[in-house]
Amino acid sequence: MKNIQAATIQNSTLCDMKKIQTATIQSSAWRKGIKKSMPLYLLLLPSAILLFCFAYIPMYGILMAFKDYSPTLGIMDSPWVGLKHFRQFFASYQFGITLKNTLVLSLYGIVVGFPLPIALALMCNQIRNLAFKKVFQVVTYLPHFISTMVMCGLILIFLSPSTGLLANFFGLFGVEIPNFMASVTSFKHVYVWSDIWQHLGWDSIIYLAALSAIDPTYYEAATIDGASTMQKIKYIDLPLIMSTALVLLILRSGSILGIGFEKVFLLQNTQNALGSEIISTYVYKIGMKSFQYSLSTAVGLFNTVVNLAVLLSVNWIAKKTTDTSLL
Amino acid sequence: MSVKKEKPVKIKKCLSDRIADIAINGIAVLMIAAIVYPLWFIIIASFSNPADVANGEVWLWPKEWVLDGYRELFRQSEIWRSYGNTIFYTVAGTFAALLINIPAGYAMSRKDMMGRKWINLYYLIPMFVSGGLIPVYLVVQQFNLIDSVWVMILPFSVSTYNIIVARTFFHTSIPEGLWEAAQIDGCGTIRYFFLFALPLSKAIIAVIGLWTAVGIWNSWFNALIYLQDESLQPLQLLLRRILISNQSLLGAATGEMAADLRRVSDMMKYASIVISTVPIMCLYPLLQKYFNQGVMIGAIKE
Repeated sequence: MKNIQAATIQNSTLCDMKKIQTATIQSSAWRKGIKKSMPLYLLLLPSAILLFCFAYIPMYGILMAFKDYSPTLGIMDSPWVGLKHFRQFFASYQFGITLKNTLVLSLYGIVVGFPLPIALALMCNQIRNLAFKKVFQVVTYLPHFISTMVMCGLILIFLSPSTGLLANFFGLFGVEIPNFMASVTSFKHVYVWSDIWQHLGWDSIIYLAALSAIDPTYYEAATIDGASTMQKIKYIDLPLIMSTALVLLILRSGSILGIGFEKVFLLQNTQNALGSEIISTYVYKIGMKSFQYSLSTAVGLFNTVVNLAVLLSVNWIAKKTTDTSLL
Repeated sequence: MSVKKEKPVKIKKCLSDRIADIAINGIAVLMIAAIVYPLWFIIIASFSNPADVANGEVWLWPKEWVLDGYRELFRQSEIWRSYGNTIFYTVAGTFAALLINIPAGYAMSRKDMMGRKWINLYYLIPMFVSGGLIPVYLVVQQFNLIDSVWVMILPFSVSTYNIIVARTFFHTSIPEGLWEAAQIDGCGTIRYFFLFALPLSKAIIAVIGLWTAVGIWNSWFNALIYLQDESLQPLQLLLRRILISNQSLLGAATGEMAADLRRVSDMMKYASIVISTVPIMCLYPLLQKYFNQGVMIGAIKE
């Protein structure tokens, strides 16, 4: 609030007397408004305090990335080292690996995970038998509620090379499967496709909602004109859910370097580490395991900045080209 | 005179449509199978002899019913303790989150609040900028919350996303006239919120409450970092030891005992998945309409 008042005052000094007068009237109106809003501020207070303590105070800790933090000196008194930790990270061989793995997992996830829910929603929308449709929806949403921990447990159990379900199934045909979890190259497939299994149905809900909002007269008109199912999907459904799809794509690309830490961390082992070390697991390791607080913070900051830059630029491109935007 | 019965007009489906219909239903059935079967397999495996499971002799039904896994699992005090912890964190955490986020959502929905734009920004910034792992850890440490149950309940209970969902709900579902009328009758904001707005928003309370509860039930990362004391750890971290690190809760054994121990430990793996996941799974179909509703409200862009 002080900001606003200060701004009003600052503005007023630049203007003539008349404006100063309006400003005083305005500022008394401000005071009245603030008094009236007091109860609302009270409702906001708990969340505002928590955000201040656990979201805003840590932002000040970002300074650590530019210092050689030592717990005894504290953040303020630790020596300033500028971009040393960033240089160290960019020069380390971990930089290439973690960046590549993060991008690969993330882009692979978008390439597969963006169109499939749309396809599923279009398909589900065509199921005529309502009872079957209901069952289909309930079942496809179900895996979404499995915890990441249990999901990773399931992956390890099913993919176990000698005794797992998959190995036994292929064993029926005399085919031996490799140990997927010990392979650097297959990590990304395991990661992305298990995600699809778990979240495909859930991710399609939003498109189903968009589809159900389409005016049924479009379909009636199309039917009378002799359009086939495929044509209806192509010329009615797809164009009408495009804006929803675009917003979701923007949102998703905004977290291109922010893919889920949990699953990668749990599925990681020494054998697949070259294919599974991503920026966030690296931040965790150097921070919580080897206590290089400053380096860890620097790497995390790099991640945040890139994310923000990607989100803003994708948003900007989408705004310029299609008039859809988030912010 | 005979009246010919008029047949209902039926638009004949062309061949391509019938093929599409068959394909769609076929794919749907396959997908249902691909989801249901692995889940079913876990359940039957938890009741089967692990040797049969490993040899691929269990497919649709247990070859022989064995309950050792559950018996041993329930005998472990750690299971009960971590289960109790998870229930406590889920109930207390959900309650706290509702108490914190719903009033904030209501306040944000009021257009007459002074400085609404700035407050909005204050809530939005943390969605995109965060101090990162270590700075947050150090702050939690300074607040003396390491190894305290509060760390699982309060610090990270604010969810800007849920506040926005609540705000949208109050905007769209509660008529402004109600507030105006209450105001004329001399009702203040706080009283109005608790006496009128809250009772009308059971749907949104259910949605946000359920989301939060599922989220807390399934979460483990904060516990991993902030709770070193094993007696405070939630179920998911115990699952980590059983499922991911492949540790046996029964401890180590040698010689003849080892094989038997291995056998029971394997069964306990499946059993632990079942007992940790079944509560959420049972809840879900009953509450599906609320979950969906929540996604819809969240999707409305203001």
